Amino acid sequence: MKVLMLGWEFPPQISGGLGTACYGLSRGLAKQGVGVLFVIPRALGSEPKEDVEVIGADQVLVPDPPATGAAATKSNPSNQPDAARVPVRLRHAYTGAHQPTASMAPDLHVFTVDSPLRPYMTERGYDQRLAELSQRKDPPGVRASDPSKASSPKAGSDSAASSSTQASSPAKRQRQEIRGGYGPNLGAEVERYAHAVAELARTRSFDVIHAHDWMTFLAGASAARVSGCPLVLHVHACEYDRAGDRADERIVALEQRGLDEADRVICVSEYTRGVIERNYRVDPAKLRVVHNAVTQREQERTLHWNRTIDDPIVLFLGRITYQKGPDYFLEAAARVLKVLPRARFVLSGEGDMLPKMIERAAKLGIGANVHFTGFLKGEEVERMYAMADLYVMPSVSEPFGISSLEAMALDIPVIVSRQSGAAEVLSGALKVDFWDVEDLAGKIIALLTMPSLRASLLEEGRGEVRRMRWEERGRSLREIYQELVS
Amino acid sequence: MTSVSFYFQVHQPYRLNRFSFFDIGSERGYFDDTENERILRRVAEKCYLPMNALLLDLINKHDGKFRFAMATTGTLLDQLERWHPEALESFKRLSETGCVEFICETSHHSLAFLSDPVEFEAQVKAQRDTLHRHFNSEPTTFRCTELVISNDIAKSVEAMGFKALLGEGADQLLGWRSPNQTYRPKGCKSLSLLLRSYSLSDDIAFRFSNQSWDRWPLTAPDFVETLQELPDEAEFAGLFMDYETFGEHQWRETGIFDFMQYLPAEILKHERFDFATPGEVAAAHPPKLDLDIPHPVSWADAERDLTAWLGNAMQRSADEALYKLGPDARRTLELGRSDLYADWQKLTTSDHVYYMCTKWFSDGDVHKYFSPYTTPHDACIAFMNVLADLELRLRAALGEGSKGSPKAHGPGDATARDELASNRPQSSAKTTQAAEADAGEADSSEQASIVTPVAKKVQTERENANKSNKKAAPKAGRKSKKQRGSK
Repeated sequence: MKVLMLGWEFPPQISGGLGTACYGLSRGLAKQGVGVLFVIPRALGSEPKEDVEVIGADQVLVPDPPATGAAATKSNPSNQPDAARVPVRLRHAYTGAHQPTASMAPDLHVFTVDSPLRPYMTERGYDQRLAELSQRKDPPGVRASDPSKASSPKAGSDSAASSSTQASSPAKRQRQEIRGGYGPNLGAEVERYAHAVAELARTRSFDVIHAHDWMTFLAGASAARVSGCPLVLHVHACEYDRAGDRADERIVALEQRGLDEADRVICVSEYTRGVIERNYRVDPAKLRVVHNAVTQREQERTLHWNRTIDDPIVLFLGRITYQKGPDYFLEAAARVLKVLPRARFVLSGEGDMLPKMIERAAKLGIGANVHFTGFLKGEEVERMYAMADLYVMPSVSEPFGISSLEAMALDIPVIVSRQSGAAEVLSGALKVDFWDVEDLAGKIIALLTMPSLRASLLEEGRGEVRRMRWEERGRSLREIYQELVS
Repeated sequence: MTSVSFYFQVHQPYRLNRFSFFDIGSERGYFDDTENERILRRVAEKCYLPMNALLLDLINKHDGKFRFAMATTGTLLDQLERWHPEALESFKRLSETGCVEFICETSHHSLAFLSDPVEFEAQVKAQRDTLHRHFNSEPTTFRCTELVISNDIAKSVEAMGFKALLGEGADQLLGWRSPNQTYRPKGCKSLSLLLRSYSLSDDIAFRFSNQSWDRWPLTAPDFVETLQELPDEAEFAGLFMDYETFGEHQWRETGIFDFMQYLPAEILKHERFDFATPGEVAAAHPPKLDLDIPHPVSWADAERDLTAWLGNAMQRSADEALYKLGPDARRTLELGRSDLYADWQKLTTSDHVYYMCTKWFSDGDVHKYFSPYTTPHDACIAFMNVLADLELRLRAALGEGSKGSPKAHGPGDATARDELASNRPQSSAKTTQAAEADAGEADSSEQASIVTPVAKKVQTERENANKSNKKAAPKAGRKSKKQRGSK
């Protein structure tokens, strides 16, 4: 069985749990004998290579719209001399060999579509990224498409044939036309990504298309239409999780379209299934839950950092945004510090609420015990975990919360909000409602002061986390695929 | 006769490293001495050396008629001694002329007078000693950091034996009254308060190079014309400004040096003017009027108050956390440790909280210009991390170890719970429920005991390290930082 898998994060380029989950799921599938071609907007070439075949960063999948051929070549810098001229096909970067009809390797391929898509990106961040990209390469163009089709994928593309005709029709740079959809440039990028993926689906054969989160939903839908393959959408987070009442209706509309077209919708938790059922019109029969898991490496990992502070450290690790509940963390911290004045609270991450949180800590009079590290990279994350005595995930709405499993695998006790998917699978974690800061404070104090409680929770959690294997999740996915294929 | 009274503030702080959370407890030094040295050298080349030479020349040329005052902070003199002895020498040559009055302040350019009277006195004494050591000067005039004044400050300054105090001639303070006569702060016996003529001072310090200013370009005769508008009964005109105005804030290319070169001669052309230092003005004009200064007034920003330093929550929180460590920092002196107190004192330099100012709109440009940080929040993060590190070092030095990491498991009922837990470690659901139920009540029972395996291990290691340190040399553990911190 072969799956075309679409996502916008893959290690080492991860900004949250999504990339981790995509990696785990892909490998889980590989272990089940399912071949996966994973397409991300842009690869670095340093993606994991264990039992995964990775295509390098300059492995760019380029549609060949004849009309732009000349123009693109003209403005194309020399570092990608023939990218715009080759027909739609895939190349291995390290061999340069064309692979127009390559048989799918047994495990996993990662291909790249050059696009500045990043999760959680604001349009401003997008513009900067686009500027960087355009210095390197011809700016992303968008194929000619009727604006009505852009905003309604169902229109005029019922078959692979019609779609493929479109795809090879002359391309123009028409970002203007997409502008009305859902944000000027981000929309164009989603479209461009979708176009490239559709080309791939047209020229290669797959059994299932599997897309992760909203930015790839459109691509998934296009690829499914082009290839006639069943479409599986995987919801790691929806717009209501990220933004609550301030959800961007353009993104919601895109999600709705994807969910409408999908043959199966996989939710990372029962919690997320509930959110989807409440907020979108989806046939409940299409919904399945497949929880996230922990890689074996995570399960067996031990940390070797020396601790430099012996004050107890309570860790919040995640984006400093509305969704993650950093404000509740601070309110609880203020209450804990009245009882345990030496506790230290660390917020690791970036986000739009960061300045506000620094000021809030000061206003609460706990500035001396609250530390902000900014975004932590690789080793720093390990170091942070090594120092933490307690991990708190007070998310307002957390589809899963994979980091809480990682913390637990590292023998760090965990408190998670009941508004999270992780709460469903971790009986070895303490749970709170995110708004109940008194309860959260009480439980933080308990875990810092009661060794027996720590010990029993860790014991429990360790066993649980060991049972959460990606291979098992891969098996669940394969079963879902089989329902669709047979 | 109206005396023109120049006073130049000369100061450089010890800027901090980008001290991250991971640096806490790591023995990394607090101060970015590479950057500090770089800036000091730059300012010395662009301002201190050329301006000192110019002023020395003017003193010689005018045969003692050109006189002025300077306040050189302890942190500046310390840095000059380390990195630019030549510039320090040039200040000494000025002092040898007898035409320069050295004004006393807190050695560390701190706000200690607001919240820590013990430290305030200590830093004043330290500064007196420093001025004596470098310039053989016995200061009688005082100024607080950023020219802050209040009734309370004035009283304590008088009690320390000073004759004169400098302050800002703020509108909110003076109302209709003149900044050109001496005042007696309410509650003082004989202390003379000399106020800054902010309009005249800022013509030079701020507006001089502003090409959209209607009086640009300002020449020495133009400036004297403005001086002549002072009423005849004006006792003095206080021209108080940052010394870095010359060559650093206003670049050489603006003509600021030329302006100063001609100004004294231009002023002395007029018989109604002479030059006098603030101390001389105070001696010649005992105060005739009282001035009530109930709230602190400074020379900063449009508000002329403390909001540039303590205006937002980050600043107040940092200030509070800093001075909370004061008593412990001083106690380490009794243990024969001077490094900890020295580091703490450098953190009292008011620039650190100034960098956290969020008043971006009216005075933001000035703040941004002086700040080594991208945002006030970055400044807050680095400063608070440094404080956390210092707190740990103080705790270690004072032998408090880690109260938070007890060896015992806490009182009575905890033991019962321990047994409960150990009896059925496998029955997951029950244990968790029990744990959750317990969690709520925990705050009352086992407050003080914090146990983490890692913490325990680290603590043991530290205790061992402390023991061996005591045997060997008490300061061994902090050698690297000590070397950085002291001269």
